[in-house]
Amino acid sequence: MNGVHDMGGMHGMGPIQPEKNEPVFHEPWQGRAYAVTRAMGAWRKWNLDASRFQREQIVPVDYFRLSYYERWVVALVELMLKNGVVTPAELESGKPDPGSAKQTPPLTAEKVPILTSKGVPARRDVAVTARFHAGERVRARNINPVGHTRLPRYARGKTGTIHVDHGVFLFPDTNALFLGEKPQHVYSVRFAARELWGEQAAPQDSVYIDMWDDYLEPA
Amino acid sequence: MTTNRRDFLTAAVTAVGAAVTPDLSHAHEHDHEHQAVPSDPTLRVKALESLLVEKGLVDRSALDALIDTYEHKVGPRNGARVVARAWADPAYRQRLLTNADAAIAELGYGGLQGEHMVVVENTPKVHNLVVCTLCSCYPWPVLGLPPVWYKSAPYRSRAVIDPRGVLREFGLELADDVELRVWDSTAELRYLVLPERPVGSEKLNEEELAALVTRDAMIGVGIAARRQGDLG
Repeated sequence: MNGVHDMGGMHGMGPIQPEKNEPVFHEPWQGRAYAVTRAMGAWRKWNLDASRFQREQIVPVDYFRLSYYERWVVALVELMLKNGVVTPAELESGKPDPGSAKQTPPLTAEKVPILTSKGVPARRDVAVTARFHAGERVRARNINPVGHTRLPRYARGKTGTIHVDHGVFLFPDTNALFLGEKPQHVYSVRFAARELWGEQAAPQDSVYIDMWDDYLEPA
Repeated sequence: MTTNRRDFLTAAVTAVGAAVTPDLSHAHEHDHEHQAVPSDPTLRVKALESLLVEKGLVDRSALDALIDTYEHKVGPRNGARVVARAWADPAYRQRLLTNADAAIAELGYGGLQGEHMVVVENTPKVHNLVVCTLCSCYPWPVLGLPPVWYKSAPYRSRAVIDPRGVLREFGLELADDVELRVWDSTAELRYLVLPERPVGSEKLNEEELAALVTRDAMIGVGIAARRQGDLG
């Protein structure tokens, strides 16, 4: 979707504000919000792409007003409601609905080191033909899906060169909508900065963008 | 639709608020930086966690373990050790640049949000900079969770269109004959910059080298400290 999350190249966002000796979490609730989101993800009722898509759907005024982990909480609540994990009444009262069965959490403390050290790979070990090869010229397709996509707007319609083929990965555009993984090649594509931004960019600079096969056409 | 959920748990918050005495002064102080939010996030998240624990959906000790992992165990010191090894051992450096996952795993690191790693090397003629314009993708196993500025709109918007200006803001003036490569983490590949080894560090051992490597250098908004005293 053409949302405000897709902000590469936008102006007017103000200065970058690095913080000396920044803590991992500025307040305890941020750590809890982070951990609750991870722990609920372990139910596998949704996936990482669906989570990202949910955050993208936060209306722009809220996207900018809410802090990072507040966006996480808002998206988590939406995902839980959509998937029937909690009910609106439970969110109102803060208590389980009367008569609802108590469940067993899939993520326990013992399993945390396994989750964090093994991760959730997105690479898929399936044979899919690569349409493009290193050195070939490609154009990022001019698509504007209303669903989830990882093709940033600033690259659409632009021409670049395949830098490297990363192999086969699940496809976020379909995965986010639970329409299947549609495994395909992901390429690192080099775009000259001037192709993206015009003469204002330095002639030798470039932006490398990872792109799924479906995002590309021959140029 | 989403807007309506912003005041979720208001009733529960009232109940929780009566039961706990959170550090409201601190929470409010922080809120002001982000404009007013509808209700106190401390209470809202506490109420949400309580509900999920009571329903048996999450295990509180698992939450503690997750927080402990990223507050105390996984962070940029991991990445610094990878970089120091690459500086000290040319064969390792080669493995790191050609098969980052395996090379990083040699040091015992890997996993969540670093399942598929790519290491890009700075040289006197090439500088690399990492961003995620679409969200906040970042190589957790080697750098930990990202700092606020990395996830913020100013960095995400400008790193691709004005990377030299961004570097200048971090105090790094790139010469005209240096090629700048920006890596936008749009897929599940996660990027780590291998900074240039500081001049004068030839006699240092691996541990001393690791102390020179800053998080910012591994994102590409800084360079490795020239002396230990420079380490920010």
